[in-house]
Amino acid sequence: MVHTEKEPIVRLTGVTKDFDQSEVLKEINLDIYEGEFLTLLGPSGCGKTTTLRIIAGFESPSRGTVHIGTRDVTDVPPYKREVNTVFQSYALFPHMNVFDNVAFGLVEKKVPKAEIRERVNKMLDLVQLKNFGTRKPNQMSGGQKQRVAIARALVNDPKLLLLDEPLGALDMKLRKQMQLELKHLQQLLGITFIYVTHDQEEALTMSDRIAVMNNGVIEQIGTAKEIYEHPETKFVAGFIGESNIIEASVTAIDKHMVELTAENGVVHTTGDGFVMDEMVYISVRPENTGYSLESVENFRLRGIVKEHIYVGSLVKTSVMLPDGQILKINHHPDKDLLPIGTAVNLYWDMEKAVIMHTTEDTLYDLIEGALLNRPDLAITGQFKNAQKGE
Amino acid sequence: MANTQKHSSDRRMVLTFVGPLALWLILFLAFPMIYVILISFMHKGLYGGIEWKFTMENYAGLLDPAYIKVIWKSVILAFNTSVICLLIAYPFSFIISKIDKRYRGICILLIMLPFWINELIRLNGWSNILRDSGILNTLLIRLGIITSPITMMYTDGATLFGMVYAFFPFMVLPLNNSISKMDHNLIEAAYDLGASRLHTFLRIILPLTLPGIFAGTIQVFIPSLGAFYIADVMGGGNSTLLGNLIKDQFLTARNWPSGAAFSVILILFTLIVLKIYSKIGNLDDLAS
Repeated sequence: MVHTEKEPIVRLTGVTKDFDQSEVLKEINLDIYEGEFLTLLGPSGCGKTTTLRIIAGFESPSRGTVHIGTRDVTDVPPYKREVNTVFQSYALFPHMNVFDNVAFGLVEKKVPKAEIRERVNKMLDLVQLKNFGTRKPNQMSGGQKQRVAIARALVNDPKLLLLDEPLGALDMKLRKQMQLELKHLQQLLGITFIYVTHDQEEALTMSDRIAVMNNGVIEQIGTAKEIYEHPETKFVAGFIGESNIIEASVTAIDKHMVELTAENGVVHTTGDGFVMDEMVYISVRPENTGYSLESVENFRLRGIVKEHIYVGSLVKTSVMLPDGQILKINHHPDKDLLPIGTAVNLYWDMEKAVIMHTTEDTLYDLIEGALLNRPDLAITGQFKNAQKGE
Repeated sequence: MANTQKHSSDRRMVLTFVGPLALWLILFLAFPMIYVILISFMHKGLYGGIEWKFTMENYAGLLDPAYIKVIWKSVILAFNTSVICLLIAYPFSFIISKIDKRYRGICILLIMLPFWINELIRLNGWSNILRDSGILNTLLIRLGIITSPITMMYTDGATLFGMVYAFFPFMVLPLNNSISKMDHNLIEAAYDLGASRLHTFLRIILPLTLPGIFAGTIQVFIPSLGAFYIADVMGGGNSTLLGNLIKDQFLTARNWPSGAAFSVILILFTLIVLKIYSKIGNLDDLAS
């Protein structure tokens, strides 16, 4: 998708949110484009729901502005925004039947009665609840309630639909089905969806673009493929799918070749922009990692086979490095398995490995990690905050 | 065969659990009630006792315009008490439902706390504050805001104030129950769908808290209809209510049959209110 010439439908500029003196959101800048399915993905407490609530208007940012279209809506109350929300708890009105629930927004807009009936019925049809109009929410299953909540939002023809973990309460099977249904609905109606979830698989399945959030910042934003294949931070690499993450330092630079020394071995690889003695992370997916009895060019990294787990389509092997770190390797079940305890040489596909420069934050993580192994020096939290200039 | 055995053991279970309760209700509710209804149709004895001869006189006596006025006044006062309690308790309960859960219990406790002290003592306390030479008037005169005391005690207003004060918690508890039970997301959902604050209140919040409003109103209306001590302390001799009439008939006039007739009227009012309530509300909300 090329966005450069399009105007964003939502623009967050420097959005910051303070709760009880701590920043839940830090300077969020985000452009969302018309017709796109954007997912805010991250662990609980990362600020994704707060971001959504700020777009909906339920929270106002402590600093920064929110634009919907060309209009600055930072101080506009939610009932005056052309945005609708699907809540995690569905939030269906228990004293109204399904029809009245769905019609609620249209009644507020004073749409003529005949038109309301037509639009509500059409929408109920679309979410496959044609004959459920007279039911009360408490007579419906979770999946059905979810459809009502979606219909109630979509019937208003919003410019923007916000979904706050809408499938969180459903069981696995229904969830997978609803993921596809939602995606198809979005493509059919062409409405911009902003979707909040902590489930990375859900995000990968549905989204045009994913914004991975952690600790109140957007760590990376891009397509599912970009984020999976080229994670830009250690957090993204660890949060999306499985990754082997190895700490190393730059010990030699020769034109494009770099020598990276980890605690357990040495790796030669190509790359630019490195500085001598710099700390880096090497991140590589288990499916791109392998082991061999023979030595492999550019790798001097040895470990011991600890475990094979057969999961049907593949075998998951764990190899332990001398310092105890476990590297995960996924390979085809047809491949001959080496017995447990065999010493092997590790290697990976250079093209598919990502080498990340450590930021200030990750450096503190390193220090913290080291200190955590020394309970006698347990001052890590304060230390980290103090160093950040709190 | 096994079936009948099971039935008989079921019956024994029911008797074990329900029996004591039924006995209690018969001894302390049904018998006194029947007795009151019975004597309301009897003649008054010469020296205050009961002469067991049937008469409708006691009920005919109720039609005296002076009595009808008192009954009407009691109903109006009970109604006003309920409305004022509701108007104060509703926003109050809303605020409580919004504060942190940890402090919510403390707030409810603070409302209940004064009610662990005898009500008469508290009402006399108010009398000390509000009477002509009381704390409030003295303070206002000393501050030069007024020159002569404002008469606050021994008026109908004072009785109403005392009633609202006494029955306020009975309004707060069911209201608080029904307001804090309401999912706050529903309010956000209404805003989200374009409903203004007023519409959100009228279309969502009000209908969902209606059970609490009904339950609270009933719980204030019924006791205020019968309360006599509040009118005694706060209204002095100036306000006589249904409750005072009953008390006077029994204790002062020693006319038990007449007092019993007034009591039957009070019970009828209560039953009518409960009947209306069971039509529009849910009786279970009263119990909670």
